[in-house]
Amino acid sequence: MYDSIILRNVSRLMFPILLLLSLFMLVRGHNLPGGGFIGGLLAASAFILQIIAYGPMYLRTTFQINFLNLAAFGVIFAALWGLVGLVTGQAYMLAFWLKEPIPGIGKLGTPVLFDVGVYLTVIGVTTQLALVLAEEPTLYPIQRPPARRDAVAPEA
Amino acid sequence: MAHHLFLPLIVPLVSAGVATIISGRRFWARVIAVAATLFNLGYSVWLLATIAATGRQVTQAGGWAAPFGITLMADGLSAIMLLLTALLTLATIMFSLATLDARQERFYYYPLLLLLMFGCSGAFLTGDLFNLYVWFEILLVASFGLITLGGSRAQLEGGLKYVALNLFGSLCFLVGAGLVYGVAGTLNMAHLAERLNAIQEPTLVTAVAGFFLIAFGSKAALAPLFFWLPTSYHTPSIAVTALFGGLLSKVGIYALYRVFGTVFQSELGRLAPLILAVAGVTMVVGVIGAMAQINVRRILAFHIVSQVGYMAMGLGLASVAGLTAGILFMAHNIVVKTALFLIGGAAEHLTGTGDLKQLGGMARREPFLAVLWLLASFALVGIPPLSGFFGKLGLIQAGVAQEQWLIVAVAAGVSLFTLFSMLKIWNEVFWKKAYSDMSRLPRAGAGLLAPAVILVAVSIAMGLGAAPALEYSAFAAEQVFDAAGLARDVCGANGCDAVELAVAR
Repeated sequence: MYDSIILRNVSRLMFPILLLLSLFMLVRGHNLPGGGFIGGLLAASAFILQIIAYGPMYLRTTFQINFLNLAAFGVIFAALWGLVGLVTGQAYMLAFWLKEPIPGIGKLGTPVLFDVGVYLTVIGVTTQLALVLAEEPTLYPIQRPPARRDAVAPEA
Repeated sequence: MAHHLFLPLIVPLVSAGVATIISGRRFWARVIAVAATLFNLGYSVWLLATIAATGRQVTQAGGWAAPFGITLMADGLSAIMLLLTALLTLATIMFSLATLDARQERFYYYPLLLLLMFGCSGAFLTGDLFNLYVWFEILLVASFGLITLGGSRAQLEGGLKYVALNLFGSLCFLVGAGLVYGVAGTLNMAHLAERLNAIQEPTLVTAVAGFFLIAFGSKAALAPLFFWLPTSYHTPSIAVTALFGGLLSKVGIYALYRVFGTVFQSELGRLAPLILAVAGVTMVVGVIGAMAQINVRRILAFHIVSQVGYMAMGLGLASVAGLTAGILFMAHNIVVKTALFLIGGAAEHLTGTGDLKQLGGMARREPFLAVLWLLASFALVGIPPLSGFFGKLGLIQAGVAQEQWLIVAVAAGVSLFTLFSMLKIWNEVFWKKAYSDMSRLPRAGAGLLAPAVILVAVSIAMGLGAAPALEYSAFAAEQVFDAAGLARDVCGANGCDAVELAVAR
């Protein structure tokens, strides 16, 4: 956690912007650069920015999400949309598209839904990794003696 | 198009996701893990029969035509490995039900186990070199999690060595895949086999094949790249060690068989002397290392290394007979090695130590466990009519037929030393008088012995039913060497190049 008033205000402002950008990246993924993985990393960066500004406990209490379960749900979700092809007697992960493009989003189909699963998985795994690393000093504090007898340990 | 090939991949993956979400409820996590494993077991038995009846099964992921998309294919070797993977995972889960503490179980043990099964199944089914790399990474990440589950200091130390050396192997694999893509312009195994046999610059192909040999050799724990195995395999919980000991090094051997038997067929004759030399050194070094150890699991870990040498010898003989014996030996070894780990592990679980000096008197206390140990260790040494005998006999016969006297002598000699090692454990753990008072220790229950009983029964069945097992191994070996037939099955009657040309026009 980095104690800075500037960083806190900026991160509060940036959080919705980064999430919107990640959603934009997610839906443009099937014919332009972007997609579930990149969108997921952007969304995870929004969460990780909160960890840096406010500390891991803030994220745990504000968003009461179990990020590992989110990742597991994303894997299941992605795998399920591949099943559509298998159930209809064709190859697994075969793409099915809507006939008409939706204005503003473009064509929708099972690859987009698969990408949503990837998106959730990447958010879950990346944020969980960052949380575990950020919580380590509070969960497993290292006992160090002060450097000099009259010195006080600095506030971490 | 055999679309059912996706099932043994989808089921473990989705089950792993569900088991992660409900990891707090131990009972349901166990139910899901057992159900998914049973599904894979049943499916692979069915696949084995199907392949024997109708030949290779091939499907294309996402419906993309053969040399462009990712191909999944299953032949005899894949089916054998898939079956053994499911069997071992089932035995491991049964053993963990009896031995694992609740804290470890709640810490995503079953999801990691299912992901390991998912990764191994994928590696055995894929028909694409880069995809094989991806499956390797999946099973490695799952194994990193399993090997450090519990977080003791020794585990982290062993896990670090394991991770470092395995990442080096993965890097070599990735470099090799990149180079082969540059040389041949494709990564589909069937297409590669076609192209590499007709290539103008064989020296470059030999160099790339060397990269693959290093990569898979380090995964399979061949000398001189086996140090990660004995240093890390005695640290995790017993069930995990048993699964790793049976399965992980054999995934590397499978990749060697597949890549050098099918893809780099033209290079196999050139590299055969090197593979044979590496195999011989591996056998000797592994068995000598085992003699110096005084811990049950460390002895067995060094024997994994020694036995992997025999499987590499099957490839190094570069003939159908050699590969047949290698496949049979690998199938036997996967079962028996895990059985030995589970039996030694049961003794360790009951007494709380794997140190030979402190153990003793188990034959009097647990006669049934002692009988199991005798059966399994004799099978490992290769005493007829148990399963190890036929694999070793086939290897030695193939070696004699090709007049490779040195490797035959080494293989026969190492068997004697293996017997010495097994008798050492027998004497120290089961036969000698216990120094400490053992009357207070718990007795082995049915749950602890059942997985070992199943595996020993499978091993005995493989020994008594050696004729069908040998027949199927021969069938699998012929399929591995049949690159032209593979191209026909994957890309249609005219081969893969024809498909690519048709699209280019």
